[in-house]
Amino acid sequence: MSRPLVLTGGRILDPSQGVDQITDILLRDGKVIDHGSNIGHPDDALIVDCDGMIVAPGFIDVHCHLREPGRADVETIASGARAAAAGGFTAVCAMPNTDPVIDNPAAVGFVVRQGLLAKAARVYPIGAISVGQRGEALAEFGEMIDSGAIAMSDDGKPVVSAQLMRTALEYARSFGVPVIDHCEEPTLAAGGAMNEGLVSARLGLKGIPDEAEEIMVIRDILLARLTRGHVHLAHMSTKGSVELIRWGKDRGINVTAEVCPHHLSLTEDAVEGYNTNAKMNPPLRTAEDVETLREAVRDGTIDLVATDHAPHHYDEKEREFSNAPNGIVGLETALSVVVDSLVVPGYIDFGTLVERMSCSPARLFGLPGGSLRRGSPADVTIFDPAQRWIVDPRRFMSKGRNTPYAGKTLTGRAICTVVAGEIVYTLDEQRDGK
Amino acid sequence: MTTAAPLGKDLLGLEPLSGEQITLILDTAEPFKEISERAIKKVPTLRGSTVVNLFFENSTRTRVSFEFAEKRLSADTVNVAASASSVSKGETLVDTARNLEAMRIDMVVMRHPASGAAAFLAERIESNVINAGDGTHEHPTQGLLDLLTLRDHFKKIEGLRVCICGDVLHSRVARSNIWGLRKLGAEVAVCGPRSLLPSAIDDMGVTVFSRIEEAIEWSDALNILRLQLERMTSGYIPSLREYNRFFGVTRERLERAPRDVLILHPGPMNRGVEIDSDVADGPHSVILPQVTNGVAVRMAVLYLLSGGRPELAEAAKTVKSGGAA
Repeated sequence: MSRPLVLTGGRILDPSQGVDQITDILLRDGKVIDHGSNIGHPDDALIVDCDGMIVAPGFIDVHCHLREPGRADVETIASGARAAAAGGFTAVCAMPNTDPVIDNPAAVGFVVRQGLLAKAARVYPIGAISVGQRGEALAEFGEMIDSGAIAMSDDGKPVVSAQLMRTALEYARSFGVPVIDHCEEPTLAAGGAMNEGLVSARLGLKGIPDEAEEIMVIRDILLARLTRGHVHLAHMSTKGSVELIRWGKDRGINVTAEVCPHHLSLTEDAVEGYNTNAKMNPPLRTAEDVETLREAVRDGTIDLVATDHAPHHYDEKEREFSNAPNGIVGLETALSVVVDSLVVPGYIDFGTLVERMSCSPARLFGLPGGSLRRGSPADVTIFDPAQRWIVDPRRFMSKGRNTPYAGKTLTGRAICTVVAGEIVYTLDEQRDGK
Repeated sequence: MTTAAPLGKDLLGLEPLSGEQITLILDTAEPFKEISERAIKKVPTLRGSTVVNLFFENSTRTRVSFEFAEKRLSADTVNVAASASSVSKGETLVDTARNLEAMRIDMVVMRHPASGAAAFLAERIESNVINAGDGTHEHPTQGLLDLLTLRDHFKKIEGLRVCICGDVLHSRVARSNIWGLRKLGAEVAVCGPRSLLPSAIDDMGVTVFSRIEEAIEWSDALNILRLQLERMTSGYIPSLREYNRFFGVTRERLERAPRDVLILHPGPMNRGVEIDSDVADGPHSVILPQVTNGVAVRMAVLYLLSGGRPELAEAAKTVKSGGAA
């Protein structure tokens, strides 16, 4: 039914097949048909001029909180999927810590259905590891995977019991999906509101030491060694975690890891003035941690960038720091923050950016996309690598406005997002910007 | 607003103040001391000003001290305690503040269990905000009264060696003292079990003593913090008995010191835990003068924030129009 799409004159950047050239690409029937200078333009094709743009396999966010069911006032699957498309994401994975928790096949089916209705970025559910995310009984992985779940996680909470984590890794291995852990030793982190250090001591806020994360990182790596299961470590924030992951990978242990854009760009100093939009878990750390994480994205110790998009209501953040909830929205700033913190200073090139935001998540999570090979899904991100823009949260597609980047000028912006050969997002200001 | 705002709009802590500003408050407090010694302890300086004492935590000493300071300056005061207010009905801090401000108040004195609560309030209302203790962050008027008491005794702060003893980790008094003392040129040390010190204490510009005997030997003055009894139940120390044995300030330990050591305590005291009775009641204790100075320092802060000119503080005691501009 849909018209073919020809994206002309863009820089096609696809690390999955080593392509980096200015040329045209033809999409039809939801697939990539061909690229090159002589692909021909079908009569009924829609032509998109991509001059000056990078045309990449669509970005995939393996970690976001879309809040539905339970908190549709702060985000719905539809608003989250639209926010994702506006940020250049063609697919997102929704964490199961909703109300009720996504811990059964019917709940997984609900997320799948809402995602299809959104007609924006694809939405893949992540199922809970334990029933109700209570850390006790294993949830029905198989049933949930059959209904569309693509990974298991109790994110928002750590899996405290080492025995439960062991079982989860073993059981998930049978089904070929990763187990994602939120690494936080709960007794060390209890009551913590920010990174433990000089800033927390000065502000009188209870700190969370690096070790609260690292103790669980090494435990999970050792359990992955024991079980040969695939453990994926969410939102890594410390230098020590990077060193432990490197240790695990050097030994062939099946561990992968993600980092969030904010941990690549901000330090604990952002908390000064008790800024609740700088409150997240894990907390913003130090400049040394940021530097190490940037290097780790470059050398691949950290496999991918994920947003941990966490919308909250304005009123919930507008309060005393220690009483404010953790988390910031990230879908609509992720690309730009990665460009500014990794590409502009020269840690990585745009090819590596596409690798870490598209190819790597598709490969590690077994998701469609992550490539513009002939026959691949026509999921494409078209972004302007140089556009400078000022973040105005009021213009977000997300219902969440909680961002530490409000008013900041960032570099690089999604211009057009294509999912299954259909344009699901076009930047309004495109004409103004030209 | 007033042209003379030597402290800015609010008093949120001593960390943001300069040494000159702190000295100005202490100097301004001097003439106010005398008012409390009169038979009629009242001057008209803040007549017509409305001050709300907004206390989200229990406090007797600090609230009463502020209230005396306000009344002796002729301000109209209202006390709001959290348990009796709409806070217990779920109202947010920002709504509480906006409602108070809608009644056209001039100043808010706030005690709150969350660090940063005073700054949060100050950003959102136009009234002057005085921090009467926010979580484990700062308690600036306590820091100021400690400084005034030290200055009364030693005549200067610069070069003094002051050791803050006890639960520095959870103490807003400790933080205000560290900033205030350092800005006025004192040498600052802390002494206590490492489990009650911030892990970043070594980067805070202070000397750390693990033995109280060494701290006493080094010090001109000890500021002995109250040990919150819940620190034991929450596992920071094994027992009060053991705390007293290794970190308590006792007469026997003080007698071995090479000089007389001045004893301060912000109160309320746990006698027999962090401080023994014969130290608290002994000849070198200035614990009660601290309380007296608390009123004078708070009068000075109220006066300066309301736009009072420092050079007129002496005259404010007698001139009817006062300094409030």
